[in-house]
Amino acid sequence: MENAIEIKNLRCGYGHKFTIHDISFNVQRGKLTSIIGPNGAGKTTLFRAITGMLPVLEGSIRINDNDATRMTHKARARQIAIVNQTVEADFISIEDYVLMGRLPYHAPLQLFESSEDYAIAEKNMRLTGIWEKRKKLMNQLSGGEQQLAAIARALTQQTEILLLDEPTSHLDISHQMRILNLVQLLNREKNLTVLLIIHDLNLASEFSDQLIMLKEGSIHTAGTPEEVLTYENIESVYDTLVLTQSNPLSGKPCVFPVSEKHHLHLRKSPDL
Amino acid sequence: MNISHLCTGNRYILTNKFPMQGKYYKWIVFLAFLLLLLAGSIIAGLCFGEIRFSIQDLFQLWNGDPDDVRLNILRQLRIPRIILGFIVGGTLSLSGVILQGIFRNPLVEPYTLGISGGASVGVTAAIVLSLHTLYGSLILPIAGFIGALVTIVLVYTLGIRRGKVRIHNLLLTGVMISFISSSLMLLIMSVTKSENLHGIVFWIMGSLNETAPALITLISTTSLVVLCLAFFYTPTLNAMRLGAEKAIQLGINANRAIKILFLLSSLLTGICVSIVGVIGFVGLIIPQLMRFIIGSDYRILLPSSFIGGGIFLILSDIFARTIIAPNELPIGVITGIIGGIIFILVMSNTRTEKTIA
Repeated sequence: MENAIEIKNLRCGYGHKFTIHDISFNVQRGKLTSIIGPNGAGKTTLFRAITGMLPVLEGSIRINDNDATRMTHKARARQIAIVNQTVEADFISIEDYVLMGRLPYHAPLQLFESSEDYAIAEKNMRLTGIWEKRKKLMNQLSGGEQQLAAIARALTQQTEILLLDEPTSHLDISHQMRILNLVQLLNREKNLTVLLIIHDLNLASEFSDQLIMLKEGSIHTAGTPEEVLTYENIESVYDTLVLTQSNPLSGKPCVFPVSEKHHLHLRKSPDL
Repeated sequence: MNISHLCTGNRYILTNKFPMQGKYYKWIVFLAFLLLLLAGSIIAGLCFGEIRFSIQDLFQLWNGDPDDVRLNILRQLRIPRIILGFIVGGTLSLSGVILQGIFRNPLVEPYTLGISGGASVGVTAAIVLSLHTLYGSLILPIAGFIGALVTIVLVYTLGIRRGKVRIHNLLLTGVMISFISSSLMLLIMSVTKSENLHGIVFWIMGSLNETAPALITLISTTSLVVLCLAFFYTPTLNAMRLGAEKAIQLGINANRAIKILFLLSSLLTGICVSIVGVIGFVGLIIPQLMRFIIGSDYRILLPSSFIGGGIFLILSDIFARTIIAPNELPIGVITGIIGGIIFILVMSNTRTEKTIA
């Protein structure tokens, strides 16, 4: 069982309109895979299909070798933990929020958390660094701390797969790095399989083992960051001229936006 | 954590571990406080009225002559009234809490969804057609309940399409049906004879007076059964505070929970309205008050709203029947005025961070 998520010939969409046409890819176990692509390329639709919010019209999604379309919500929540773009939990304390990650493991009529649940929640709150703030309400936290709480909640679900839907898009660079470093640490140390949907190409390049680039509902390119993030690919998917170079430290490709003023210059010397 | 951590001076066991479970102690203390308050208001309900008893009188009557007229006042008038007040208040605020939970909207109350409107149309029609003079007074609650049932079925089928719950659709349909039914009731009232009007208006304002014992048993059992059933949905309601979609991501079958909870709470409201008429504000104010005081965890919110609603209606009923005794004020008027004032006072004294969810 090398693949944590297997998607084959997936087609889905809203109503009778397909927004995803025939997508097939695998998310390898223990790898950090990112999905990139312009707005409207189908990233979120794909995410919603994997999480069971959207019916799969054709094709199949298998999670840990189980058919995802036939899973109950509870079974899925034990396989995949999800961190969304924002947290909508205004008046709930952090510890209560993190403890909700134990809900998939509760017996049908169980009303109260066991001491094991508390222990797991405590461990993850310490790991993500929000333990000192656990009595605060979610709306008293900054966006970055809310995302840390969301990750703690997701870890409390004790799944092998972590799905993050643009977790850093509202954050400044320090919180972006804090969140993604934490995700990378979890991926490396705890062997968590991570599927990340992300807008920022440089962050995607720096942190991912695998990149999947979507364009208009199908896969444009998939592979390592070096294979995917070439200026030709970015120009054809995003319709934007950029310059790519390697990061001097990590060797991963870096994308430099180029303003229209310099386009002419760029055209003259394509080997830059 | 075990005892060895205490010995090694791990500060977390004292400062951090206990507060995690400390909320349960807080809940128990709060429930005990509410139960004391309930006992107090029951005693007050027994004492106050057209004839006033002291607490010693109550003891003497209880141990004294079983044929005493005053004992009969207690047994046949005040005790049923207190029971009915407790159950109706509890039921209304229970369905208020549940509906606010599933709609994630703190302004929803049991009457928002048009159930009271449906029941009112049923009762108005029954009064206008003089069914109560033909078949006895029990026909009014039956007509009211039929009206409520029709509304529930309408809201449910219009708001839930092909098994998919669209929460805003459900709410909007309810509000629209509530407008339609109140206009229908006004239409019936405008064309009816004026002697019927008094009966209709009196019923709309609501009263705990002269209720058949069978109806009290009926409403008490259904409401307690629903309270127990709903209590098992409290983790679900808690998860739905994050939004239905996020609850599903946590493995909650939100669709099914919303349907069941909607049906349960609207049936309860239907029964309540058809028995005692429209007693407003309880279902809105008491849940909000409890959120201010104890927080929004539904595991404590559900039982405390039930007891709190009961206390509130018992006390309101005491005011309603003593202020202009021997006449009675409509209890819906009292709940609106007192409830509104208490609510504003509590809200202005609470720090804004601790507000409602």
